[in-house]
Amino acid sequence: MTEFTPYLSLIGGIFIGLGAVIFMAANGRIAGMTGILTGVLPPVSKDWVVRATFLAGAVVTPMIYVALGNDIPFSVPPSALMLVLGGFLVGLGVFFGGGCTSGHGVCGMARFSVRSLIATLSFMVTTFVTVFVIRHMLGL
Amino acid sequence: MLKYISSAIAGGVFGFGIAISGMANPAKVLNFFDIFGTWDPSLVFVMGGAMITALIGYRLVFGVQKRPLFEASFSLPSAKQIDRRLILGSIVFGIGWGIAGFCPGGAIPTFGLGHSESYIFIASLVAGILVARRINPFFLAK
Repeated sequence: MTEFTPYLSLIGGIFIGLGAVIFMAANGRIAGMTGILTGVLPPVSKDWVVRATFLAGAVVTPMIYVALGNDIPFSVPPSALMLVLGGFLVGLGVFFGGGCTSGHGVCGMARFSVRSLIATLSFMVTTFVTVFVIRHMLGL
Repeated sequence: MLKYISSAIAGGVFGFGIAISGMANPAKVLNFFDIFGTWDPSLVFVMGGAMITALIGYRLVFGVQKRPLFEASFSLPSAKQIDRRLILGSIVFGIGWGIAGFCPGGAIPTFGLGHSESYIFIASLVAGILVARRINPFFLAK
């Protein structure tokens, strides 16, 4: 069980959206984690420093938040093997799908992109089915 | 220099949002998808809050600014086609997300928190992206 946290989740979501708006207003880019991450992997993209600094910011603020004495709940039910398999599939999928929850789900939907809507529906439904199969059919 | 400061701030605000929203917690993410089990609807609020904020914010940005503050022009995705690549890719992403409970945006902000699970997932994610990039030409060639 995890606790239902509507207020904290809503505030967190607003900050995620705010980060995306700042990135668009200042840097003119979509805050999609797939694209940003892919650009810093060798061979790096021409604008890799902008992406690397975005990633650095995203890594540092949760560290500061924890250092100030706050707790970020973190619990991982899947086994290490499932993390390896799942991580690899996520990498393949987001590359070919051209985005993930942040790029398609937040930024693309906010731009009324039909492509992003189709992508988001595809991965949300598939994730739902996968979790159902793993938890209720395989009993893992 | 300013564009690097602004991208770090944008990333910082994004990462902070991920951290407090619950998106960085695979147990919470998986429970969101487990409607017939230990359902936790919190992620509706994360995605709804993020999307509506971005929707209003983008409108303001595109309405007021001719170009970004620190770049010559906006770099917006130009792809429009709905093809097998988009749908199959998203389906494979969904399978992986359901298995691991992490998505890229949820995982990266946990990188500095010392959890071995984050490192395992992120290393595998990077491997997946690199392999996809490697085999990409064959998919284009068909």
